[in-house]
Amino acid sequence: MAHGPAHGLSRWLYTTNHKDIGSMYLWFSFAMFFLGGIFALIIRAELFEPGLQIVEPNFFNQMTTMHGLVMVFGAVMPAFVGLANWMVPMMIGAPDMALPRMNNLSFWILPFAFALLASTLFMQGGAPNFGWTFYAPLSTTYAPPSVTFFIFAVHIMGASSIMGAINIIATILNMRAPGMTLMKMPLFVWTWLITAYLLIAVMPVLAGVVTMMLMDIHFGTSFFNAAGGGDPVLFQHIFWFFGHPEVYIMILPAFGVVSAIIPTFARKPLFGYSSMVYATASIAILSFMVWAHHMFTVGMPFIGEWVFMIATMAIAVPTGVKVFNWVTTMYKGSMTFETPMLFSIAFVILFTIGGFSGLMLAIAPADFQYHDTYFVVAHFHYVLVPGAIFSITAAVYYWLPKWCGRMYDETLGKTHFWLAFIGLNLTFFPMHFSGLAGMPRRIPDYNPLFANWNMMSSIGSFLFGAAQVLFLYIVIRAIVSGRKATDRVWEGSHGLEWTVPSPAPYHTFTTPPKVD
Amino acid sequence: MAHHHDASTYYVPEQSKLPLITAFAMFLTVFGLGTWFNGVDSGPFLFAAGFMIMAGVMFAWFSQVIHENRAGLNNAQLKRSYVWGMGWFIFSEVMFFAAFFGALFYIRSISLPALGSGNNSELLWGGFQNDWPLMTTPDMAVKGGEAVHVGPEGNMSNPGIAGWLGWLPFWNTTVLLISSFTVHFAHTALKKDNKKLFNIWLGITVALGIGFLFLQAEEYIHAYQDLGLTLSSGIYGATFFMLTGFHGAHVTMGTFMLLVMLLRSTLKGHFNHHDCFGFEAASWYWHFVDVVWLGLFIFVYIMS
Ligand code: HEM
Ligand SMILES: [Cu+2]
Repeated sequence: MAHGPAHGLSRWLYTTNHKDIGSMYLWFSFAMFFLGGIFALIIRAELFEPGLQIVEPNFFNQMTTMHGLVMVFGAVMPAFVGLANWMVPMMIGAPDMALPRMNNLSFWILPFAFALLASTLFMQGGAPNFGWTFYAPLSTTYAPPSVTFFIFAVHIMGASSIMGAINIIATILNMRAPGMTLMKMPLFVWTWLITAYLLIAVMPVLAGVVTMMLMDIHFGTSFFNAAGGGDPVLFQHIFWFFGHPEVYIMILPAFGVVSAIIPTFARKPLFGYSSMVYATASIAILSFMVWAHHMFTVGMPFIGEWVFMIATMAIAVPTGVKVFNWVTTMYKGSMTFETPMLFSIAFVILFTIGGFSGLMLAIAPADFQYHDTYFVVAHFHYVLVPGAIFSITAAVYYWLPKWCGRMYDETLGKTHFWLAFIGLNLTFFPMHFSGLAGMPRRIPDYNPLFANWNMMSSIGSFLFGAAQVLFLYIVIRAIVSGRKATDRVWEGSHGLEWTVPSPAPYHTFTTPPKVD
Repeated sequence: MAHHHDASTYYVPEQSKLPLITAFAMFLTVFGLGTWFNGVDSGPFLFAAGFMIMAGVMFAWFSQVIHENRAGLNNAQLKRSYVWGMGWFIFSEVMFFAAFFGALFYIRSISLPALGSGNNSELLWGGFQNDWPLMTTPDMAVKGGEAVHVGPEGNMSNPGIAGWLGWLPFWNTTVLLISSFTVHFAHTALKKDNKKLFNIWLGITVALGIGFLFLQAEEYIHAYQDLGLTLSSGIYGATFFMLTGFHGAHVTMGTFMLLVMLLRSTLKGHFNHHDCFGFEAASWYWHFVDVVWLGLFIFVYIMS
């Protein structure tokens, strides 16, 4: 396998190379990040002040729905799969992913799936307007006709995720270089192993629930219709059985990224490596037992509320272990604050805030007040934006020199960080207050009482959006004209990926490297 | 890069058009279905086109993998990757069925008891009574003859052990259980490189699979024609047909896979005791389908 990439477009269309596929995943995710971002800015523009000024309420609902779907399935998940593609084989000393052709299939399904999903915006009756959680009967009896295409888009992107996850598991379990024992694997590899397991366990459940919707809509079944003996609450149970593990699918690889970056810039080994592995595994197991914390107000019996409340709070324990380990890794380290480190430190602080608001929501009696308010929106944006998105951004800054052999501009990177940091806090921190004061989520108009908080949020969101355009510029500039990177790239870096040249050769390892 | 290599070097396949075509075929298939379900005339044709491309590309893909294996390109590591791949794929299938079983349990043990008691029953649903199989839906309890969501007239419930001999699901269970043994006997024969016996046992398994599908079709015809039990017969019809239907679809797949293995063995002389993963994967799938059926037999048929 001496030869390099094929020429022209066919390189990308027909590739079996994990680096090509990783790059395609990352660029695709970046594009979806901007698409979802445009939807978000439409929402924030409408909410800039009370009253209906820019969009129709129905279109507003389409925007909230499409924003959520595109960000979750189009931006965050593919970005992590892209990182896995690039990094897992390099980190474990493998030549490529275990099943390279299936790998390319997993990727190429996505552009088709999202073209299908985005095309619903132009269909009669408009795009899905029932929220990214698509509760029945809003998504069945009262749905626009485009729901059928939404269902099929979910089906094929689910197939993509399952195949991607199978590939990652097979790679990690089977392709490690001799000497790379499980407990020597970098945490990013561990977190992805566990994430892949979660994906294979819950994506089929998502496929099941959308299939039931399809049958209810077109074939007269009554899964979610009480008149025929079914139950709309059943929808919520199945959805959240998928949905809660799904939120961990979006955060566990982020834990892995941060666990790689913090030791590098603190110049100390990661504190508590094995406890990190066990904490990740416990989070994954617990994540199957907490789903109904999204349904405290649906009318569960007391015992149900109680069990799901306690189980949810239990997740805070392994999560706390992780935060403790990151902080302890930094303690007395000789730290420097390059852009990836800035994003990672912000991750630790702000993700923890999101964890705390999660704990508040986990208190069932309190959740009766918070549920379906902007407080929930604040919570999940704190775990997803400075959580998932910041970790992805940190990963790009951290590994970009290895990918393209060139450095990004540090000053611009830091500018990006501060703009994004200020923008996101300005956007989402006020939502805690408007939410606690009672502002419901998913509405285009609101009581003037909440006007100030909303105006801040809207200003912050445009700042955050601008920061991401800068990010795009920084990445392109680095690729085109960045300063040449060294092989080690970072003074404190450790791991197999730093032992190969920058940019990493098209085929990293042709024979297994030695690990000791 | 396909030439010269041994266990210590890695094999990465050449560029391939198959994945992109597969992705396109998947898209066309579901896009066709979507337009079809929304009443667009060209829908069925788009679907058929997508499906045919899909079938063609799958054929090409599997042929290529088989060819690579027979050319000796697959080292032990790659073979293990295929094993992991199949194993985790089956796990994903288990979770798919889990969603439908979960729905059945939830409906039976939580939703219907709640609908059939207290204020729900008295104030909302016209004194609806919980019962399984659900013959009288809540809609019927409220609207009587005007109801839209109507239950079945008959059902597939357990006639009691004495009546099992005249009960199709019992024979289905028997057929499928026996086939799990025969596929195992085929495997044992192959391990001893007794190809003749292998072909015979595998042939019997395929025949039993087809037999099962035949009985299942009989059962569906009986349900639709004699019992008024359809997909839209309330929640009983929905869970019954979705669970048994998806299972039937998997039996079809499994039978097809085993048939392909039989043809590969008889026509092409493939498989020997140390190179038989294609067959083994198909047989795992077959055992999985069998276990799902046991779940169905217990929870859909016996306990009703
Ligand atoms: C300490 C950990 C966490 C706890 C205790 C927790 C708890 C909760 C609770 C109780 C809710 C439901 C609130 C309601 O609807 O009334 C919720 C919503 C949500 N959480 Fe978390 N959470 C945690 C971490 C995370 C993480 C890591 C993510 C994603 C990366 C996440 C994403 C979400 C999302 C997306 C929703 C809202 C879903 C929706 O209704 O649209 N959470 N969380
Ligand atoms: Cu949750």
